[in-house]
Amino acid sequence: MTVSDRVRLLDEIRILEFIAVELNLYLDNNPNDHKAIRDYNSFTKQLMAVKDEYQRRYGPLSNFGTAWSQSPWAWLNDPWPWELD
Amino acid sequence: MWIYEKKLQFPIRIKNPNPKMATLIISQYGGPDGELAASLRYLSQRYIMPISEGKALLTDIGTEELAHFEMVGTMVYQLMKGASDEEIKASGAGPYFTDHGRGVYPTSAAGNPFTAAYIQSKGDPIADLNEDLAAEQKARSTYEWLLRMADDPDVIEPLKFLRQREVVHYQRFGELLMKVQDYVESKKYF
Ligand SMILES: [Fe+2]
Repeated sequence: MTVSDRVRLLDEIRILEFIAVELNLYLDNNPNDHKAIRDYNSFTKQLMAVKDEYQRRYGPLSNFGTAWSQSPWAWLNDPWPWELD
Repeated sequence: MWIYEKKLQFPIRIKNPNPKMATLIISQYGGPDGELAASLRYLSQRYIMPISEGKALLTDIGTEELAHFEMVGTMVYQLMKGASDEEIKASGAGPYFTDHGRGVYPTSAAGNPFTAAYIQSKGDPIADLNEDLAAEQKARSTYEWLLRMADDPDVIEPLKFLRQREVVHYQRFGELLMKVQDYVESKKYF
């Protein structure tokens, strides 16, 4: 199965976001770990940049005013997450 | 407020349908130790957490469980999707098919529909966190039983990811329980 550029970018987002989730849960219990906060902020910055690129190319990942839409309304773009991608 | 993100937390690309496996995995969608129960439990318990660490952790793990709920629903959907009526009949997935076709419904593998009776919200943060620790262990075992019955790597990989998340959540809840216990103790002397 060939992996498209879209999926490659999405996988990159998933990896960065996974790191952010892990650090986030850790920081919830360790709010004074300044090194972990620095890491969290740095991964968040990378994640935002990759998400930006994805959304410019393939349409919004999130709605309700959290990302711009192309015209026509790109929130409808296939595939949805449960569809083979 | 919640914002939906149009992607799975972990990729799921199941190429070969397996209706029987779908009707087992469904238990982590709407069963007693499933992801819906987990999410509902934590998001309901968070209101009475006495310290910010607890309010944050229950909100965040409750949110991550919703992402797992979506992953499990996706596995069920993909496992049922390409299966012919004949394959469904032969696989033994007929009872599920009779009630839900190829749809995704919150039920246990044994056919019990989802109920809030699977969870508790006791108004006592120590009691609630002890329940949460047990819940994470029970979810971990369910993933292990499912892994014993799976043979397709497309199914095994996401199940392993979900199993691992339960281990991490258990760890985080354990740390939080100690903090909440300290807090409750410190209150007693003032
Ligand atoms: Fe969990």
